[in-house]
Amino acid sequence: MKKALLLPLAALLAAPAFAQQVDLTKSQLAFTLKQMGVPMSGSFKKFAANVDFNPAQPETGKADISIDTGSIALPTGEASAEARKKEWFNAAQFPQARFVSTSIKALGNNRYQVAGKLTLKGVSRDVSAPFTATAQGKTLTVDGTLPISRLAFKIGEGSWSDTGTVADNVDLKFRLVLVNP
Amino acid sequence: MKPANRYHPLQIALHGLMAVLMVATFAFGKYVHSLPLSPAKFQLISYHKWAGIAVLALVLVRILLRLAKGAPALPASMSAAARLVAHAGHLLLYVLMIAIPLSGWLMSSAYGIPVVMFGLWQLPDLIAANPELAPQLGQLHDALNTLLLLAVLGHVAAALKHHFIDKDGLLSRMSLRG
Repeated sequence: MKKALLLPLAALLAAPAFAQQVDLTKSQLAFTLKQMGVPMSGSFKKFAANVDFNPAQPETGKADISIDTGSIALPTGEASAEARKKEWFNAAQFPQARFVSTSIKALGNNRYQVAGKLTLKGVSRDVSAPFTATAQGKTLTVDGTLPISRLAFKIGEGSWSDTGTVADNVDLKFRLVLVNP
Repeated sequence: MKPANRYHPLQIALHGLMAVLMVATFAFGKYVHSLPLSPAKFQLISYHKWAGIAVLALVLVRILLRLAKGAPALPASMSAAARLVAHAGHLLLYVLMIAIPLSGWLMSSAYGIPVVMFGLWQLPDLIAANPELAPQLGQLHDALNTLLLLAVLGHVAAALKHHFIDKDGLLSRMSLRG
């Protein structure tokens, strides 16, 4: 009985903070990197996103995205397993990565720039990414690319820090499908 | 020995070059496969792919040369059955020289890791990424290589038999000397 009352209350309290639902089945967090000049892509299968974004008032928008680092998927099972290890994401010690926005600016022509803090493997850095927002019916699809220096976050330590094999730059491609109430 | 009883010098050169390249690529592939994932493994896999694509390119040149220049006649002493085995063996070697690099290329495409020749030229993906199919293509690549190993052993054994038992001078077809 008490629980039944608390749940709607929690929903009510949470609602003003984030006006939109994120359709996680259609959203994705993928990335591309280069090893020996060979493009390779992967993705994070599990993440949670709290987003409030109105293209008419971008500066009031905000985003808080938590990524389950252990859900990383690479082309081979061997590579996926390697990526969870200490030298890479150290998923056992740092199971979550998080991005919290600090500002969103309109760039014009349906383009925006989001800045925020990315915390990955215990390292926090200011990052910034351009994105577009496409409205269709009740959904708003946000597409953007966040360029990341993997070494800035100690992703790939030891012998893996050699950028001659795996390049330092990784492009994190995000697609968030927001459903307006 | 008449010149017509010998392959074209380019064919002979390609035969030797590809023999060395194929033995090296085969051994290299087996070695790389046994390694745990490391930066070195990434590099070695790339080298293996380059070598494999080189084999594919060279065998295509070789087939064109074979079609243009033909092959010298087999010794008259060979029986019809022996000729059939010789032709079938050579055909199998040609098929494998195409099928093995292709299966490796297909596997790369299925894994979603394209082949970038010499780290410079990205080859097109033959098929779309397919995580279920990729390991199966890996098994095919491995099985075809086992078949290649047997075919090459048979090829060498046959050459040695011609040279030391039949003493029919067959090996001079593939030699630049004499």
